[in-house]
Amino acid sequence: MRGQLAEARLPAIFVRMKPDSLLYPAPKGLYCQKGDFYIDPVQPVERALITHGHSDHARAGHRRVLATRETLDIMRIRYGDGFCGESEIAKLGEAMTVNGVRVSFHPAGHVLGSAQIAVEAGGKRIVVSGDYKRRSDPTCRPFEPVSCDVFITEATFGLPVFHHPDDRAETARLLASLKQFPERAHVVGAYALGKAQRVIALLRQQGYDEPIHIHGALAKLCEYYRTEGIDLGDLRPATLAGDKRPDFAGGIVIGPPSAFADRWARRFAEPVAAFASGWMLIRQRAKQRGVELPLVISDHCDWAELTGTIREIAPAEVWVTHGREEALVRWCELECIPARPLHLVGYDDEGE
Amino acid sequence: MKAFAELLGRLVLTPQRNAKIRLLADYFRSTPDPSRGFALAAIAGTLSLNTVKPALIRDLLLERMDEVLFHYSYDYVGDLAETVSLAWEPPQGTAPADIPLGEVVERLQRAGRSEVRSLVRDVLDRLDTAGRFAFLKLVTGGLRIGVSARLAKQALADMGGKDIGEIETLWHGLSPPYLPLFLWLSGEAEMPVLTTPAVFHSVMLATPIGEGDLEGLDPADFAAEWKWDGIRVQLANIGGVRRLYSRSGDEISGAFPEIIEAADIAGVIDGELLVGGTMRTNRATATFGDLQQRLNRKTVNRKLFEDFPAFIRGYDILFSGERDMRPEPFQTRRQALAALIDAASPQHFDLSPLVPFSTWEELDRLRSEPPDPVIEGIMLKRLDSPYLAGRMKGPWFKWKRAPFNIDAVLMYAQRGHGKRSSYYSDFTFGVWTEAEGGTALVPVGKAYFGFTDAELEVLDRFVRDNTVERFGPVRAVRAEPDAGFVVEVAFEGLNRSTRHKSGVAMRFPRIARLRPDKLPREADRLETLQAMIGIKS
Ligand SMILES: [Zn+2]
Ligand SMILES: [Zn+2]
Repeated sequence: MRGQLAEARLPAIFVRMKPDSLLYPAPKGLYCQKGDFYIDPVQPVERALITHGHSDHARAGHRRVLATRETLDIMRIRYGDGFCGESEIAKLGEAMTVNGVRVSFHPAGHVLGSAQIAVEAGGKRIVVSGDYKRRSDPTCRPFEPVSCDVFITEATFGLPVFHHPDDRAETARLLASLKQFPERAHVVGAYALGKAQRVIALLRQQGYDEPIHIHGALAKLCEYYRTEGIDLGDLRPATLAGDKRPDFAGGIVIGPPSAFADRWARRFAEPVAAFASGWMLIRQRAKQRGVELPLVISDHCDWAELTGTIREIAPAEVWVTHGREEALVRWCELECIPARPLHLVGYDDEGE
Repeated sequence: MKAFAELLGRLVLTPQRNAKIRLLADYFRSTPDPSRGFALAAIAGTLSLNTVKPALIRDLLLERMDEVLFHYSYDYVGDLAETVSLAWEPPQGTAPADIPLGEVVERLQRAGRSEVRSLVRDVLDRLDTAGRFAFLKLVTGGLRIGVSARLAKQALADMGGKDIGEIETLWHGLSPPYLPLFLWLSGEAEMPVLTTPAVFHSVMLATPIGEGDLEGLDPADFAAEWKWDGIRVQLANIGGVRRLYSRSGDEISGAFPEIIEAADIAGVIDGELLVGGTMRTNRATATFGDLQQRLNRKTVNRKLFEDFPAFIRGYDILFSGERDMRPEPFQTRRQALAALIDAASPQHFDLSPLVPFSTWEELDRLRSEPPDPVIEGIMLKRLDSPYLAGRMKGPWFKWKRAPFNIDAVLMYAQRGHGKRSSYYSDFTFGVWTEAEGGTALVPVGKAYFGFTDAELEVLDRFVRDNTVERFGPVRAVRAEPDAGFVVEVAFEGLNRSTRHKSGVAMRFPRIARLRPDKLPREADRLETLQAMIGIKS
């Protein structure tokens, strides 16, 4: 990949904004001075509102946390009971008041429990989308557009080259490869929260009912999804003990991407390395990672969905963060929508 | 186009040869004519299409896209065809349909110059992303998928349950979309009969001498000749049609016009293509490195032709005129070959001399100290053996001169593919040289085989425990005079190289032994390698 633009990511220049603006980027994250709270702060703060459970958005160590019940559960699973001083459940669609500022949470369609956060004061409403997508996902509630004055959108896949294909066609490719190479284990890299469960659910929807083997790092979250009523079928640990086919030939194994560089990956029969990620659209990315079967399945919007969402919500202003800000800002300019990059730091725009 | 696009995508990312063959064979089995024939042609490099300039596809995208957004996109993706295939948005209301590859190729072949632009736009509108990518690579001539024509032929053989030799024999007599070939392979017709006489015939190959192979064999039953370090070729002149083929059946007549012109012989011969002078003109044979200069040229360069004239050193004969000599014993064939070469141009043809010997020990000595640097070993041929297609053990053996060995220091490692994807199994190694700040290591080669599984475990552990820096997938390992890992590297020869910082390029390097007993400071120096340049093993 050439990606000079990606590498030459601008340093943390904070956009100059009027001090009285309702939300502005501060070193610890997006801050609301009036309500004295942060949204998805990257360092421990007194009061945090959290959009979803991915570790770059949901960090441990805040004194008070307001988030959906599922996000709080996920944080507890990941960080333990003491993940924060005090937690409070935000019900989707219900307005609350935090130090005189109205806040409400709305589904974002990204992963289980993910929410957009609307912040409202003085007759002005800002919606922080967090990470979001518009495709249907059997493992979480769909995105709901909320009208607002300022829409803060992510731009992980904010380049016109990103057009994600139909996710069902991608899992169908995995099943086709399994038929074509029945003597090989198909080892799929997928992020532990959201992606892994979505891939499993998609395979089940397509009638694949063999046991699926999962890496230990996925076990607790898959179990949690199950208790939330998401049927993932027969899941078994991808360990050697007691299994009849210890090399998993002809089977599907799912693990977090980080496990592929480990000795863990050695136990499989002539593995076909697959990886489920929006980045797999770029051939060089797949090649660099040694992926043989790239599955383009993303939990973020593609370009058409980002621009479509902005058109649909029609906010007076768009703030862009998280990813390829410059291209989406340029698009807004062409559409005569006032827009600015936020240059927030500390979020992982590659992990997908 | 969908199936072809999926095939290309998989082939590029699949490292294992057998898996590639299966992907190809399954595609050929499940795709109708003429699409599969055009796909075969695209992969084997026999498809001729009016190519489209990259500027045209860029222009087509810019008809619909802001230039700034295009630059952001292209800069990120780095490949024009891929950028266009990904960023292309068909007009509202056009649902992507699948156009068969055959239809696309036929439309392109029919289109006049002025129609190309709208044709490309129209096809782009109707394909999906992967289809657009395959299409653009096809029309811009940038289809590079790491599949040789030989591999494609092996897939055809697998598909039809035939021998690859039969396919190679037919290959140059057929043309895209290869309808009679596929009819035969799918069992719906007899083997096609060729109209062009000067076709390629599968060559006879030798097996390497292994431990104990010579025990029980009588030296009197064999002829020995030198194994020359050029490229094995087949030259055909049947009924005035002249062709020069590589040993895998690729036609290379264009690169060696002087051979074609001088091929005033009737029949088909097997030999080594070399450059320099023939024995009949008493001039020295030049090295493989010199021959490579000729091979890598697309266009004729007068100076190269004068400096490195090509000739064929004859090994064997398949046809004398129309007469099939292949069933005859080696001795009879050799006489026919000698007579034919004697009558041919002395500048362009000579006969590979036989090496007299009476015991295997004597031959072993000759093998390890050959009289000419362009010799890479000995060939042993049974006197009574017919000329058989392919490689079988018994009639022909090759006995290579021992390779070169040096001690080098591991510098970088990268993870392997497939079974080895969790191991650091691709190694870059270096030797010492004087650099600005004193003595330093300079990389001289890369190897990813030669070691046992147990040795790989040792190397992998060393890499993981001694990584000093990472560059993407590559790890730099500790390599200092008193700390690091020494390996014995074996290779077949060295060429001068301007592409490598060290100025040398190894041929077929492999890790022969691990030397944990040595310190990096004891490894070899670049001067040792420089002295080996031009010498062939
Ligand atoms: Zn996320
Ligand atoms: Zn995120």
